[in-house]
Amino acid sequence: MENERKLTIARAMAEATAQEMRDDPSVFVMGEDIAELGGVFGNTRGLLEEFGKERVRDTPISETGFIGAAVGAAQDGMKPVVELMFVDFFGVCFDAIYNLMAKNTYFSGGNVNVPMVLMTSTGGGYSDAGQHSQCLYGSFAHLPGMKVVSPSNAYDAKGLMTAAIRDPNPVIYMYHKGLQGMGWLGTEAGAITHVPEESYEVEIGKAAIAREGRDVTIVSIAQGVHHGLKAADALAQQGISAEVVDLRSLVPLDRETVRASVAKTGRLIVVDEDYHSYGVSGEIIATVTESNMADLKAPPRRIAYPDVPIPFARVMEQHCLPNADKIAAAARDLCGAPVPA
Amino acid sequence: MQPAKGTLAWMYEKMVTSRRFENAIEKIYMEGKSPVFNMADGPIPGEMHLSDGQEPVAVGVCAHLEAGDVVTATHRPHHQAIAKGVDLKKMAAEIFGKATGLSGGRGGHMHIFDAEVNFACSGIIAQGMGPAAGAALSRQIQGKPGVAVSFIGEGAANQGAFHEALNLAAVWKLPMVVVVEDNAWGISVSKEASTAIKRNSDRAAAYGIPGHYIPGNDPRKIYEVAGEAIARARRGEGPTLIEVETYRLAGHFMGDAEGYRPDGEKDGLFAKDPIPVMRARLLAGGSFTDAELDALETGAQAAVDEAIRFARGSADPKPEDALTAVFA
Ligand SMILES: Cc1ncc(C[n+]2csc(CCOP(=O)(O)OP(=O)(O)O)c2C)c(N)n1
Repeated sequence: MENERKLTIARAMAEATAQEMRDDPSVFVMGEDIAELGGVFGNTRGLLEEFGKERVRDTPISETGFIGAAVGAAQDGMKPVVELMFVDFFGVCFDAIYNLMAKNTYFSGGNVNVPMVLMTSTGGGYSDAGQHSQCLYGSFAHLPGMKVVSPSNAYDAKGLMTAAIRDPNPVIYMYHKGLQGMGWLGTEAGAITHVPEESYEVEIGKAAIAREGRDVTIVSIAQGVHHGLKAADALAQQGISAEVVDLRSLVPLDRETVRASVAKTGRLIVVDEDYHSYGVSGEIIATVTESNMADLKAPPRRIAYPDVPIPFARVMEQHCLPNADKIAAAARDLCGAPVPA
Repeated sequence: MQPAKGTLAWMYEKMVTSRRFENAIEKIYMEGKSPVFNMADGPIPGEMHLSDGQEPVAVGVCAHLEAGDVVTATHRPHHQAIAKGVDLKKMAAEIFGKATGLSGGRGGHMHIFDAEVNFACSGIIAQGMGPAAGAALSRQIQGKPGVAVSFIGEGAANQGAFHEALNLAAVWKLPMVVVVEDNAWGISVSKEASTAIKRNSDRAAAYGIPGHYIPGNDPRKIYEVAGEAIARARRGEGPTLIEVETYRLAGHFMGDAEGYRPDGEKDGLFAKDPIPVMRARLLAGGSFTDAELDALETGAQAAVDEAIRFARGSADPKPEDALTAVFA
């Protein structure tokens, strides 16, 4: 069934990029190992073969240089799609990102556009330790001037990539390694979804209700959505109906969808694989408590990564990561159901 | 300056130890990862970067170092760690993520820290350069002896940190030596495709310091050039940049199918494997017998076996230990 074909997030990203490159000669791709290798996480496979070395460029390991160069190219009429292999590497090139890419439109009073996409991998869970496993969603979302998206499934991955490339603003496109569909990283089956052949956009700034429910709202993004869905399955068997909100985009943030869901359920759990403090979880809780205190039947909860670097050893890392059990236990607690030992 | 017989024996033994250690890691790494290769499975999860072929660089340089000298290493650190004298058992346990590991399993293979011998790592490309300069600066200010050596890959010489730290070291005449291991590849990108200059050692001219390129992956030549550079640093005459031609016999990391390598390139590399080459040269030189070299190899293997046994037999950390050691 041709029109029911399923893709991984990695292939969906590559397909959207290829379609935009076909339609728009100003789109080009650069980054480390994105040409011949097709990206360490597979999200640029096939692009070199179709578009050649001029438009699909392996770079030196010089992130300050090539991300800064993308800013310059974007301001000069191109639409670069640039890869920062692991989000953890942002430290060596953050100035190009948050002081140039994100601020030049503002500094120019809106007269200069920076229409680029910076894609980067997030997430751990496979023992790659503290410099290769972070999410850092909050670090990027905190600084103004860049949109931030992160898909939980292949359908959204394609639509968000198309929207990101067409957006006249800089977009940080964060893809979770555990959802890429690369066998060697384990495969989250729920991330492999039907993806239409034709081009389409998923609106940046619009959350999705991944599952409807009555009793508790679980808000998350990327991998956390799958943890939330699994928790919701387990909770359903115990008679608790959980609604799962997939943010899809952190900037802009769809506060309305979150508020409406909590208004309905009266309970809120935020799941965030990024560090606990000063991050997405606090922002979501503030979003709700700033306006709907009366709707809340219980204090909100967060299941986030504790404020420690990510350890290598499996037992320690797994202890720290969000998972469905932690979410389900919090939900039972919030809903007043007995927590099984 | 030619290495004395004892030094040559040490160099050979450390090269063999490193190779045997990595052979063991390689095998164990695949346990639990077949038939489906999932990086998260098995006794050693996560990425694994082997240094097979690059051993001469580590021994040629570290033969001149003592425990008090500082080494900063890369994401491919085992050969450098072994040559610097990092505790083999505790390093093995760290790579297995055990409580007895150097950091109790917090760091893993890309973050080997052994304070006893002043060895540190970073998995972020070129980020060992700043700390090496800092250690050298600290020695200079305190009037303490010792040098700092930063090992990096040739791909890393295109990072800002490389250029900034080198300039700093040069203007302040810091006791530092930078050793670039040129294995011709940065993951799938060749040096030719990423670096505008043939030899990174020529970049030394930009900082007014000596630069040396050493072809042939030859431990004796490396020993000689590194010896001069380290002596110069110890005399307070400032940093040196050395680039060494070496070979990466394995993939970038385990699981890398190396489709980007030109056909046949690797066959040529195995013919140049520096360990049999060194063995043959030591024998041909007449000062070593087969029996002596066999004994060194047996000793190296025994040390590796013991380290692996120790690592396998050690307990996992407690899960909640993850929350400790964030602050001093
Ligand atoms: C700042 C930064 N960018 C990218 C990477 C990803 N990465 C890890 S190893 C590597 C290639 C390094 O090549 P080289 O410096 O030549 O060392 P080699 O792997 O050949 O030993 C890259 C790009 C990283 N770890 N840090």
